[in-house]
Amino acid sequence: MNRLSALRSRTVVLPATNIDTDQIIPARFLTTTTREGLGQHLFSEWRYDAQGAARPDFALNRPEAQGCRILVAGRNFGCGSSREHAPWALLDCGFQAVVSTEIADIFRNNSLKNGLLPIIVDEATSAWLLAHPGVEVAVDVEASTLTLPTGAVVRFPLEAFARYCLINGVDELGFLLGRMSAIESYETRVANR
Amino acid sequence: MTSAPLTLFEKVWRRHEVVLETADTPAVLYIDLHLVHEVTSPQAFSVLRERGLPVRRLDLTLATMDHSTPTRTEQVFGGAPIAIDSAAKQVRELEINCAAFGVELLGLRSEQRGIVHVIGPELGLTQPGKTVVCGDSHTSTHGALGALAFGIGTTEVGHVLATQCLLQRKPKTLAIDVSGRLRTGVTAKDLILAIIGQIGVSGGTGHVIEYRGETIEALDMDERMTVCNMSIEAGARAGMIAPDETTYAYLSGRARAPKGAAWEKALADWRTLPTDPGARFDAEVSVDAAAIEPMITYGTHPGMVMPISGYVPDRRGDAMFEKSLAYMGLTAGNPIKDHPINVVFVGSCTNSRLSDLRSAADVLKGRRIAKGVQMLVVPGSQQIKKAAEAEGLHRIFLDAGAEWRESGCSMCLGMNGDLVGKGQYSVSTSNRNFEGRQGIGARTLLASPATAAASAVRGRVTDPRELLS
Repeated sequence: MNRLSALRSRTVVLPATNIDTDQIIPARFLTTTTREGLGQHLFSEWRYDAQGAARPDFALNRPEAQGCRILVAGRNFGCGSSREHAPWALLDCGFQAVVSTEIADIFRNNSLKNGLLPIIVDEATSAWLLAHPGVEVAVDVEASTLTLPTGAVVRFPLEAFARYCLINGVDELGFLLGRMSAIESYETRVANR
Repeated sequence: MTSAPLTLFEKVWRRHEVVLETADTPAVLYIDLHLVHEVTSPQAFSVLRERGLPVRRLDLTLATMDHSTPTRTEQVFGGAPIAIDSAAKQVRELEINCAAFGVELLGLRSEQRGIVHVIGPELGLTQPGKTVVCGDSHTSTHGALGALAFGIGTTEVGHVLATQCLLQRKPKTLAIDVSGRLRTGVTAKDLILAIIGQIGVSGGTGHVIEYRGETIEALDMDERMTVCNMSIEAGARAGMIAPDETTYAYLSGRARAPKGAAWEKALADWRTLPTDPGARFDAEVSVDAAAIEPMITYGTHPGMVMPISGYVPDRRGDAMFEKSLAYMGLTAGNPIKDHPINVVFVGSCTNSRLSDLRSAADVLKGRRIAKGVQMLVVPGSQQIKKAAEAEGLHRIFLDAGAEWRESGCSMCLGMNGDLVGKGQYSVSTSNRNFEGRQGIGARTLLASPATAAASAVRGRVTDPRELLS
C-alpha cells in the first residue's frame, strides 16, 4: 500500500450530498478484471457529455483542478455499493484524501486499504471548505489534523491502526498472515466445540 | 445467568473474535461463509497469485456468477454469446480462478446458480450465528437468518480468501423496534422503504441494525430478507433478525443445512442467540407498521420515499433536492400516482424470491400489461425459476405480456446489458434509485412487487390495492 503521512494540496469541491458509488464509478465500468486505468471513468456521467466530451463546467474538468489531491464533498460521500473500484478510480485520478462530514462505512474501509485518506470534519469546517473551493490545505496523518489557510487546525478521527498502516504503508494481509497461529488455534477450538 | 445481557450481534461477534481488539489494533474476526462473485473477486485472486497463497478454507468458500451474466435463455443455455465482451471475459475469469484455486463454483448453467444473496439462504448455507461476507454491499440480506453478514471490498475479499479472517473494529448497535400490523397490500418492501425514509440514508452508518418486535416476528423468511437487504441503504453495515421457529422451519431440510444429530446440536445452539432481556443497544428507534402505506421513491436515493397516495415533497431552495427532482422529471407538490411509466422490473436480491413473484402474479393474473410498457421478471435463482414454473407463475407473466428471464442481478444495475433507457421511468423492485443506476439517464421508482405489477397493468404508478380483490 502507498504510504501517506503528510499532504499539502489545493481542494476540488463537489458540494453534492450523498454522492453514491454509482456516481463515483458507474456499474458498466465494473466488468474490468484489473484495478488499473479506472480514473478515466471517475464521475463519468458528470464529467463527460453524451458524446464523451469533457463538460467544461464540471469541477474536475476545470484547469485549476489539475494536480489537486484532496476532494471535498457534501455529507455522506461514498454511500451505496462495496465496489473498491470507487477508491481505485479516485486514486488513479491523483486523489489522496476525501473530506466530508460523513463518509459511508464500506467506502471508508476500502479507501483505507488503498492509501486514500477519509477525513471526517465538523459541519462548520465542511461548510467553510465547500464555500472556498481551491484553497490550499495541509494534512498531517500522524497528528490527524487538517490545517486550513485561515490557520485553523481541525482534528479528524482516524483509528490508531489505520493511521499506523497509512504512515508505514503496512500491508494488512501481511499483518493477518502474521496472526496465523491464533487463527489455527481458533479453528481447532471451534472444531472441538 | 451471571454475565451481562448481550445483544444478538454481540453474541455472534464474540464467538468469532480470533484476536480481541485493543486500542491499537482491530479484532481479527473469523468468517464462517465467504460468498464470491465475478465482479469483486478477480483482483483478489490476482493478489493470491502474486503472493503464492492458496485459498485457506475451500470448504467455507462458494462462488457463483450473477452481476455480469445474461438473463436471456439463449445466452445462458443456447450457446449464444454474452453480448458484452468485458462481461463475458469477467465470467470466464471467475471460471479460471475457481478452477485454479479449487473453489466450488455454481457456474452459468448450474441448477443451483442465482443471485449470491438469494442462493446462500436457499441452499441452507446461511445459518444463525454465522459470520457471512461477500464482496457486495447487499450481503446484509443474510442477517435475516440471524447471521452477522456484511459487504466487503476486493482487498478484504483477498484477506478472507487467504486467511478466512478480517480485521474489524466492532460496530455500534441500533435496535429498530417495529410494532403494529402491516395493512393489506403493504409489504416488507414498503416497511423497509418507510424505515429508510424515517432514519435517512446515513441513519445506520457505523451500526449493525437489529430489527425486532411483533411485526418483524410475524414476517416470513422472504420478507425478513427483503428488510435486511436494504439495511445498507440506511448506511448500516448489517441488519439482523433473531432466529426463531420461522427461521428453523425455513432451514430444515435445505441441501446444505445440518442434518440429523448435527441439526439438533445446531438448533440448541441457535436458540441461545436472540438478544437477552435487558441488553443495551447504542441507539433505538421505534416504527409504527400500522401507519405505513405502499411506499414509492421519487428521488435519487432510497431515503427520498413517499406514500404512494402522497404528493412529491416541496423543498424549494434545497439545491440538491431540486437537482434530484429535475433528474427525475418530477414536480414538487404533484401526486406520484398515475405518473406514466415505461419499464417495470421485478427482480434483484431485494425482491426476486418465490413469494415476491407470487405477489406480482396475484396482481397480473388475468390481466395484461399496458401497451408500450416493458416488464422484466427475473427470478432470484434457477431453483426459484423452476418452482415458479411448477406453479404456473411464468404463464401468468407471459400471458400478461411480461418477459420471463433466467436468474441474475439484471436490471438492478444493468451490468449485463439489461438497461432502462434515457429519461424512461422504471418502477423497480430493486434497492437503489441512484442517478444512472439502471442505465444512463434512467429514472427509477423503487417499490414492492405488487406496486410494480399494478403499475405495469395501468402503465402508470398505481396503488396495488386498487387491483387486489
